[in-house]
Amino acid sequence: MESTFALSWIDYAIMLIYFAFVIGIGWALKKYMKSATAFLEANRSMPAWVAGLAFISTNLGALEVMGMTGSGLKYGMLTTHFYWIGAIPAMIFLALFMMPFYYGSKARSVPEYLKLRYDEKTRGLNAILFAVMTVLASGISMYALAILTEKLLGWNFHLSLLISAAIVLGYTYLGGLSSAIYNEVLQFFIIVLGLMPIVFLSLKDLGGWTGLHEHLAPLVAAKGYAADTWTTTWRYTGSAGTNPMGVQWYGIFFGLGFVLSFGYWCTNFLIVQRAMSAESKLAARNTPLIGAIPKMFIPFLIIVPGIAALVLMNMPGKGFVLPVNAQGQPIYDYTIIMLLKQYLPAGALGLGITALLASFMSGMAGNVSAFNTVWTYDIYQSYIRPVTGDKAADERHYLNVGRIATVFGVIVSIAAAYLASMFGNIMDFLQTIFSMINAPLFAVIFLGMFWKRTTGHAAFMGLLLGFLVALAHHGLTAPVGADTLVKGGWLGVVLHTYPVEMAQNFWTAIYAWVVATGVTVGLSLVTKRKKSDDELRGLVYSLTPREKDEETVWYKRPATLAVVVAVIAITLTILFW
Amino acid sequence: MGLDIKIPIGLLFTIIGLLLTVYGIATHADSSLYVKSLNINVNIWSGIVMLVFGIVMLVFSKWKISEK
Repeated sequence: MESTFALSWIDYAIMLIYFAFVIGIGWALKKYMKSATAFLEANRSMPAWVAGLAFISTNLGALEVMGMTGSGLKYGMLTTHFYWIGAIPAMIFLALFMMPFYYGSKARSVPEYLKLRYDEKTRGLNAILFAVMTVLASGISMYALAILTEKLLGWNFHLSLLISAAIVLGYTYLGGLSSAIYNEVLQFFIIVLGLMPIVFLSLKDLGGWTGLHEHLAPLVAAKGYAADTWTTTWRYTGSAGTNPMGVQWYGIFFGLGFVLSFGYWCTNFLIVQRAMSAESKLAARNTPLIGAIPKMFIPFLIIVPGIAALVLMNMPGKGFVLPVNAQGQPIYDYTIIMLLKQYLPAGALGLGITALLASFMSGMAGNVSAFNTVWTYDIYQSYIRPVTGDKAADERHYLNVGRIATVFGVIVSIAAAYLASMFGNIMDFLQTIFSMINAPLFAVIFLGMFWKRTTGHAAFMGLLLGFLVALAHHGLTAPVGADTLVKGGWLGVVLHTYPVEMAQNFWTAIYAWVVATGVTVGLSLVTKRKKSDDELRGLVYSLTPREKDEETVWYKRPATLAVVVAVIAITLTILFW
Repeated sequence: MGLDIKIPIGLLFTIIGLLLTVYGIATHADSSLYVKSLNINVNIWSGIVMLVFGIVMLVFSKWKISEK
């Protein structure tokens, strides 16, 4: 099967221009990088719209785009649960209730918030887990980029790995967080404009939304589901057996809509860092809401073409074939790239490929810029060299540390990418494990913000036990047909089998969150809080004066934006019920 | 940060937009190229959209400079 596609000079020209701009932005920002604050926190100077687009763009990495299009093929519009229920409520909550504390407390990172609210050990635990997780994530995305370009474009694996690492290092080293954020905004626009043609062309090819619907009906019926399962969201979630995700509505609602999504959007520093870089508290509160507006429409850009791909795969005349892996299974993650190949001529194709490469790199840059901040402030400054008191000298010193951490982060990512190429399963496994810190972290931060009685000891134990329970659950259960220990069951006994992997993930997060919450509440009742009410002002809801927005123009108020976002999300949900 | 992000965005999309539009016009007669895209010249269309977007970004960034 011929799956490598040749690019023409115009495609390479577009790619070169794009990456010249990427490096150019870093270069132009270099002269502003005079302090650690500028390098690691972008001087808290980003306008709300820039921070807002970067906020969702960080999440719109290539693995997300490829994964979601693949999920569109496998699960249809059910995949929108990752957006409308699985992101929007959490983004609204973050904006209205959490951002005032993250931003107002002057914490420079999520681990630092834990230090201010609780104690050193809670911060330390979170900072170390987070640092490992970001470097792993960056390495895995680097590996995915190199393997993709090798397989499909015929580029040399090592060369594309090193070049992409060099580009990322180049612009994050030069311009720090600002450079990462600016490039995320650039990437957001290029991905929207680059993928738009395949949405339009694939739908046109299949006779629009109604045509798609008609083509799907027999295919879906053959799989044993109701004819409109792929084009609806909640309709067939009454029981796990009637939808391809294998999850019931309450699993989606609590697992995805609450635990996973709040854990990811409200406490993952990679995401929250974008809002923390905003120019004012008001801008920081508006950041997630501004990001939420395009976020709600991204499913049409990346999930709908995936659904179209399911139809195309089953129309032999179209010649649409997904590449297969060593076991002969189609690689669903390559759906988007095969769609680019199917519909786009030279020129537009280059734009689409550039958009994908750009999102790989901005994903890495995002991880690296979050890693260097946590490393510099939460690990180096706390345990290796504390501040001396000479502000100017400190700023210079930590700027250099931040720069070295950037180089170090990229080198470790490259190493992680090579480990992934040798022991792919182990790396996937580690990433799954480390992503389990989010659910207990959300429990601990939530309780800390909204219940002043929560104590440091309780938070630490909640975080630790929640994480261990997540591990245990993952080790004792497995999805049907799991062939490797990576997917679960690695503790030797499989106590429960889930119909699909996603259901297992949901329940892992739910158990972790329940245990973390239970442990934190229980221990808080029997231990004594060490911090006084005074020290917790600005960190805990009941001890902090409410935000007053009377002086803000009505359309810039977070409450107004939140209502707009909620109304659009509910409308979309009803339209595709 | 001192750099207005609308300037690089505007420049990038104006340049790529222009390039795609010109390429689309130059290859318009080559119908074999556009069989894939259902005989629609996507290069011209994408190019124009990007060009317009780029110019809008540049115009807004200019206004800001002149106000200051």
